[in-house]
Amino acid sequence: MTVESTAAARKPRRASKRTSAAKKPQSAEPQLVQLLTPEGERVEHPDYSIDLSADELRGLYRDMVLTRRFDAEATALQRQGELGLWASLLGQEAAQIGSGRALRDDDYVFPTYREHGVAWCRGVDPTNLLGMFRGVNHGGWDPNSNNFHLYTIVIGSQTLHATGYAMGVAKDGADSAVIAYFGDGASSQGDVAESFTFSAVYNAPVVFFCQNNQWAISEPTERQTRVPLYQRAQGFGFPGVRVDGNDVLACLAVTRSALERARRGEGPTLVEAFTYRMGAHTTSDDPTKYRADEERAAWEAKDPILRLRAYLEKEKFADDAFFTALDAESETLGKRVREAVRAMPDPDPMALFEHGYADGNSLVDEERAQFAAYQASFVDSAEEGK
Amino acid sequence: MAVEKMSIAKALNESLRLALDSDPKVLIMGEDVGKLGGVFRITDGLQKDFGEERVIDTPLAESGIVGTAIGLALRGYRPVVEIQFDGFVFPAYDQIVTQLAKMHARALGKVKLPVVVRIPYGGGIGAVEHHSESPEALFAHVAGLKVVSPSNASDAYWMMQQAVQSDDPVIFFEPKRRYWDKGEVDTEAIPGPLHRAVTVREGSDLTLVAYGPMVKVCLEAAEAAQEEGKSIEVLDLRSMSPIDFDAIQASAEKTGRVVVVHEAPVFYGSGAEIAARITERCFYHLEAPVLRVGGYHVPYPPARLEDEYLPGLDRVLDAVDRSLAY
Repeated sequence: MTVESTAAARKPRRASKRTSAAKKPQSAEPQLVQLLTPEGERVEHPDYSIDLSADELRGLYRDMVLTRRFDAEATALQRQGELGLWASLLGQEAAQIGSGRALRDDDYVFPTYREHGVAWCRGVDPTNLLGMFRGVNHGGWDPNSNNFHLYTIVIGSQTLHATGYAMGVAKDGADSAVIAYFGDGASSQGDVAESFTFSAVYNAPVVFFCQNNQWAISEPTERQTRVPLYQRAQGFGFPGVRVDGNDVLACLAVTRSALERARRGEGPTLVEAFTYRMGAHTTSDDPTKYRADEERAAWEAKDPILRLRAYLEKEKFADDAFFTALDAESETLGKRVREAVRAMPDPDPMALFEHGYADGNSLVDEERAQFAAYQASFVDSAEEGK
Repeated sequence: MAVEKMSIAKALNESLRLALDSDPKVLIMGEDVGKLGGVFRITDGLQKDFGEERVIDTPLAESGIVGTAIGLALRGYRPVVEIQFDGFVFPAYDQIVTQLAKMHARALGKVKLPVVVRIPYGGGIGAVEHHSESPEALFAHVAGLKVVSPSNASDAYWMMQQAVQSDDPVIFFEPKRRYWDKGEVDTEAIPGPLHRAVTVREGSDLTLVAYGPMVKVCLEAAEAAQEEGKSIEVLDLRSMSPIDFDAIQASAEKTGRVVVVHEAPVFYGSGAEIAARITERCFYHLEAPVLRVGGYHVPYPPARLEDEYLPGLDRVLDAVDRSLAY
């Protein structure tokens, strides 16, 4: 594990002696771990190497393209009134696919509500993610089928669940790892700080994967922190590293390394994936109120999908037939998702009373019976109306 | 029969020991629960016998304790966490209410959260601020949680066994001022259901409903009333969520008068819920409105004032008189 980027950030800055360090946020941006430049040039990094076959590279590209296509379809479905809300991952495909593909099947994921790309990597059917955004459930998948926990909406809470789960993994003597996703906004939450403390003192096999997408709804990262986020780890006693979050190869390499470290029993790592939320926070948000178009345009030039495509084409790792076939696959996925959402039935009213308790509850039983009787009281009039 | 006389504190300790012994997935977590055995010594000696991997001293962060307990439960463990005092539970309130209570339903039943949150609660020990509160209604109001409180050593022993075995999260309120009260515990008994109320004194004129530390006060009040020729029934609720309304109703229909007693503030307290439900269930059996005796709508007072704040014998008897006067 490197502290190279930490060291770089600690290089003394030229500043007036009278300027207190606390007065101003650090302006010198630390270096990112990068293996693929925005132009699609493959570069080496002293601490993180990666050697992928053409097939694997095409796989990562396919994952990102299909995830983006699914995400676009979900946004459209919200606009059509089929979903109540959607939280787009647009721009964060490399961070999610890179980290998601670093995981083993027996690793466990604790996501936020925006981890659609990670869900894809875990084999969670995209249509399952849409149930909660349509309002038919609060999460329709079995977390243990794919070792992918339910989306967590309250910001940062899941980092503690991930830490506890990782403590359990260590108790079991297993060599799997746990990954907790969160964002720059969550970094201000007490639960995230507590998860750093607990994971450090118990040496829990957990990777904290922070997608710093620069915006917590309308608040920029500067409103959350005065130091680069990955540097927070140092104070808790474990390494932190900042990776180019729009570089799928770097995200894969850095996450793999952090997971391996966890498996070796060396404890947690904080990975800060430096990326950008290209879209709105959710479909209810209006980013034109708080950020400039120029900023988005600058990040467009660093698009995670375009840079991998440039590399694939330059190195002739993929031909036209591949891209054409992928376009068709994308459209098929969009169609499948569209049809699945439209066919998603509303839950039965009696489902209200299901799953509140595992061992049952006399009050719920009483209320269920009252509700059933109330519902039944409409049957006669409905029959009469026929 | 293995009947032993022991304090509530000892009964809890023995029960936790049995839980650790009978299921390797049971863990104890909390601040100072290890070497020290907790500030009330409820976990005394457990770390020595079961090791640091099972009886875990945690960092001083309540949200972290409950949040990591949730993660451990998702991994298949059954954590029993200790919150040191009632007033310290609120940093963990978010994890309890938004995560622990709701996760089973969120997962459509596919995950279980067998977590017990132990909270020593209530006043009467002359403590400083935040050490004497009764926040049970704040938890009973939340769907997905079960909330219980024993009043005696036998219940402490058996209700803890049942709470640990429950696949639902249980908030286990321990009446801290009664920790040292002794009672008989039959460790080979077959306990009744966890959420069933128990009639601890039969009577025919009025029903006192209480739980936790107030059961003793109500029994004393019933004894005193007896001397005046009044026959008071005392119902130990044991569970504040769910509530055994059938038992209260049966008693109310017999006596026609109900007074609910708890240390927690009366306003929005469990007495309000009981009064409403009993009125709905047996309006025509009631000879008087359901009365409530409890704390006032003020922050818990300094220790030198707590005797005025807490329901004592006289305030319970005053309510009994008011009810009988209808």
